[in-house]
Amino acid sequence: MSPRRTLATARRVLQQLHHDKRTIALIFVVPLVLLGLLAWIYNQTPVIFDMVGPALLCIFPFVVMFLITSITTLRERSGGTLERLLAMPMGKLDILLGYALSFGLLAIVQATLATEVAVHVYGLDIAGPEWFLIIVALADAVLGTTLGLLASAFARTEFQAVQFMPAFILPQVLLCGLLVPVAQLPTVLHWAANCLPLTYAVDAMNRISFETTIGRRTCIDLFVVVAFAMVAIFLGAATLRRKTK
Amino acid sequence: MHQAAVTAKNVRVVRQGVKALAGVTFAITPGKITGLIGPSGSGKTTLMRAIVGAQELTGGMLEVLGLSAGSRQLRSKIGYVTQSPAVYDDLTTLQNLQYFAAVLGVPKTDVERVLKQVDLTKQASQLVGSMSGGQRARVSLAVALLGSPELLVLDEPTVGLDPVLREHLWALFDSLAAEGRTLVISSHVMDEAERCPELLLLRDGKVLNHGTHSELLKQTGTPNVQAAFLQLAGGAK
Repeated sequence: MSPRRTLATARRVLQQLHHDKRTIALIFVVPLVLLGLLAWIYNQTPVIFDMVGPALLCIFPFVVMFLITSITTLRERSGGTLERLLAMPMGKLDILLGYALSFGLLAIVQATLATEVAVHVYGLDIAGPEWFLIIVALADAVLGTTLGLLASAFARTEFQAVQFMPAFILPQVLLCGLLVPVAQLPTVLHWAANCLPLTYAVDAMNRISFETTIGRRTCIDLFVVVAFAMVAIFLGAATLRRKTK
Repeated sequence: MHQAAVTAKNVRVVRQGVKALAGVTFAITPGKITGLIGPSGSGKTTLMRAIVGAQELTGGMLEVLGLSAGSRQLRSKIGYVTQSPAVYDDLTTLQNLQYFAAVLGVPKTDVERVLKQVDLTKQASQLVGSMSGGQRARVSLAVALLGSPELLVLDEPTVGLDPVLREHLWALFDSLAAEGRTLVISSHVMDEAERCPELLLLRDGKVLNHGTHSELLKQTGTPNVQAAFLQLAGGAK
C-alpha cells in the first residue's frame, strides 16, 4: 500500500468523472428530485415523510455509489487497464482505496446537498445534529462503493453488473426497516435483516431523527456500517488477480 | 549481458481446456529486438502475458531478467502493451500518462519524454476516446515507455498504423535496443519480421524456429521470413 498510488488513483477517478458532467449532475440531482417527490406525496401527512425521509437519505447514496462503482470497475476490467495496473508496482488495496476515496468525496457533496435540501426546503424534521446525518450518509456511500467493487468481481458483462443491483441491494432496502420496522418482521427475516449492513445505517438515521443527542446505539450502528465497508474492501482486494489461469 | 533476458523451458499453458502453449523452449538475447511471429491463434499473446506475469503457467519454467516470471521485483522493469490499447478513454493523453507515471513513481519529466517519443505532444490535451485507433495505440505505447523499463513486451504495436508512422515507431524500437533494452514485439505481418534481428516463429503453440534473422534464411535457404515460415510450417505437417 502507498498513499501516493492511492491518491493518484482517487485523482484519476475524479478526472474521469470531470469529463462526464452528465453523470455528476445525475448523482447530485436525482436524489433531490426523488426526495422532493416523496415530500410531495406525503404532503398531507408530514409525519410519514419525517419517518421515511431519513432512511431514504442514506439509501440514495448507497444505491447510486453501488451502481457507479460496479460499472466503472467492470469497465476497468474489460478495458485492460486493470490488468495493466496489476502488472505495475500497484497495490490491490491502492486501487480499491483510491475508488473509495474519490467516490467518498462525491458522496460528501451528495449527502450534504440532499440533507440540506430535505431539511430546509422539504421541511424534514430532524431532532439530532445534521452533520451526523451527513456522516452516516457518507459511511453508507462508502459501503455502496465497496460492495460495488466486490460485486463487479462476479460480473462478466455490464448486463450482469446492473442485475446485481436488484440482487444485492433490493433485499437490503426491503428488509432495512423502511417498509416495516425490523423488530416487527417475522423472526427469520428479522435475523436476516440483522445480518445486512443497510439495516444499521437506517437505524442510525432513524435514531438521529428522533434523539437530540448521539447515543451509544447510534455509534454502534455507524461502527457496524464502517466495519462492513472495511470487510468488503479486503474481500474486493482478494478478488483482484494479477494472474489468470 | 551474458544472461538471457527471457528463458523458457518447456512452458505449457492450457486455457479452458485448450492448449495455448504446448511446451515452448527458448532464450531471448538481451539488448535486441526479438520478433514473435506467427498467425493469430499461434500463442503469441499467451506467451507475452506469461512473460509479463499475467498468465499462470500450466507447467514448465519461465525466467525473466533472472527472476521467476510474475515476481514482484519485475513489475517496474517491464513495459507491456496489449493488443487493444489499455488506457482510459475518458481522460486526456496527458492525464493518462500522469496517472501511470504516479503509479510507477517516475519523475514528471518522463511524461514529456515519452510524449515526444511517440509523437503525440500536440495531442497531449486531447481526450483519448476521441482519438483515432493509431493514436490510442501510441498513448498505450507511451505508458509502457514510462520509467524506461529494461524489457518491453509489445503485442502488435503497429497494427493499423499508416506506413510513415510505422517507420517512425520502428526507428524508435531500434534506438531503444541500441540503448541496451530488450524488446519482444509480436506481429503477424511478415514484412515486419524482416526488421527483427532475432526471430521466434510460433505456430499452434509450438516454436517453429528460433534464432537470428540471417540464420533462419540460411537454414531454410529462403529469401525472406515469409518463405521460411511456409517451408517450416509445411515441414511440420
